[in-house]
Amino acid sequence: MKHPEMARGALTADQKRSMALVAPPFLYAIALLAVPVGAILLFSFWTQDFMDVDTTFTLNNYREIADQPIYGALLGRSLWVALCVTAVTVITAFPVAYFISFHVRSERKSLWLFLITIPFWTSYLIRVFLWKVILGYNGVINSSLLQVGLIEEPLTFILYNVNAVVITLSHAFAPFAILPIYVALEKIDRSLLEAARDLGEGVIRTFTRVTLPLAMPGVVAAVLIVFIPVIGDYVTPELMGGAGGKLIANMIQTQFLALNNAPLGAALAIVAMAMVTAVALLFVFLNRRWLRGRE
Amino acid sequence: MSLRIYAFAYLIFLYAPILLLPLFAFNDATVIAFPLSGFTTDWFARLAETRALHDAVRNSLFIAVMTALFSTILGVCAARAGAMSHFPGKRGIMGLIMIPLVLPEIIVAVALLVVMVQVLGLGLSNWTIIFAHTLICTPFSVAILNGAFQNLDPAMEEAALDLGETRWSAFRLVILPLVTPGIVSSLLISFTISLDEFIIAFFLTGANPTMPVYIWSLLRFPASVPVVMALGTILVALSVLLLTIAEIFRRRGLARAGVKDTGGFL
Repeated sequence: MKHPEMARGALTADQKRSMALVAPPFLYAIALLAVPVGAILLFSFWTQDFMDVDTTFTLNNYREIADQPIYGALLGRSLWVALCVTAVTVITAFPVAYFISFHVRSERKSLWLFLITIPFWTSYLIRVFLWKVILGYNGVINSSLLQVGLIEEPLTFILYNVNAVVITLSHAFAPFAILPIYVALEKIDRSLLEAARDLGEGVIRTFTRVTLPLAMPGVVAAVLIVFIPVIGDYVTPELMGGAGGKLIANMIQTQFLALNNAPLGAALAIVAMAMVTAVALLFVFLNRRWLRGRE
Repeated sequence: MSLRIYAFAYLIFLYAPILLLPLFAFNDATVIAFPLSGFTTDWFARLAETRALHDAVRNSLFIAVMTALFSTILGVCAARAGAMSHFPGKRGIMGLIMIPLVLPEIIVAVALLVVMVQVLGLGLSNWTIIFAHTLICTPFSVAILNGAFQNLDPAMEEAALDLGETRWSAFRLVILPLVTPGIVSSLLISFTISLDEFIIAFFLTGANPTMPVYIWSLLRFPASVPVVMALGTILVALSVLLLTIAEIFRRRGLARAGVKDTGGFL
């Protein structure tokens, strides 16, 4: 925003230098992201013909996805799991972010944030596996509940089903939800809250009418950064989901690596991406309307 | 008060799996369940004997070092460019560079698999994984380095230029020392991400598995799971150490730039 008037005319020396500098990462992203994603889009309109790929344009892969109930079921379940994980993660993370922003002394804040991010950086596979140990038939939860005498039989609804997948993924994505919400809460001008209280609003009304709307950009960022990547995880459903908890990413993986049907796998990847992007955009749109409605 | 209890309970939830890890790593039983049976260091000794693991670790270290270097170099370019001026298309360009942060990893994995194998006809090797990891680590590097570059006072570089330094020597002598903590922090974070990354590596791994891919193969055999617990304990200790160093450098960088700390890595 330093030289808005110059952006229209000739480029300044600084602008030229910036553009030269940004070129390598930009070209890298084009070559290794935009082009490959374009390639799978193209692939999804081709078909696997035994060992070769038949390059005649066809919608057969998409037709197969629409016709075979298994794909619809997997997509539906994946969407449901992604929505649950997002809801659970964001709702449980919000109070933590709120606590750090409003109740922790400022010199201790970075320590809290550091503590929250550490588990996220440690071996993902092993963390997922340990959830199996925690939730399993002879697991931590069951053996301690049996010991205390709260239950007679080990609980079985917490492993090898969708619940287990949701719990594990909520754990994996926790920092992704906490940090953006925290950043948004930190930006709130504290005098606005005082003003609301002085004008006679209660604690809850101050929260719903001032804090929450102002924190919404952080909540939206948290929702997007949890909801979209969840669809791409096949480790957690594979280890935790059992037979009834497999998701679309497992099917994409199977098509590519086991069945050697890259075009169908590509079409599934495109459909899954389109689905989450559509839901994410809908959410952003609804949130805008809600915030505008409040003004 | 209840909020404080909730926050601590949440921390326990976050740390529960990691805290269990050493319990089973030193537990004298092949079954990973309670009650614990006895103390042993056999699983760690087993790690030292497993040749396949050593090869996998060597592969992963090579991939992680290369990824750290490449993504930090690209991150420096992007963050420096972003801090220097507003150029046409900046939002779109920066957006594209940052997109891997929200893109499902399986999309990156299958897209690169298709391009490498089916389109270019190249085999898979450590380099395919390095390319992919550089792509997903660059946004993290940019995010960390943005903090370092945006807080620089442009007057310092101008002063160096006025005093007769060239662009390059001014960068090397004035700017680089100021952003070094950010660079170290970015190197460590991308190293950690790459070392731990499985979803993409599983698709793109060639004949030589990376460490997470090797761990994945071990997890399928119950007998080898205690060894994985021992390995995991070492990895957790190592990453906590690296992250602590990264955090110290990141804070030092912010202190050097003279700004208030606003948050963590993300």
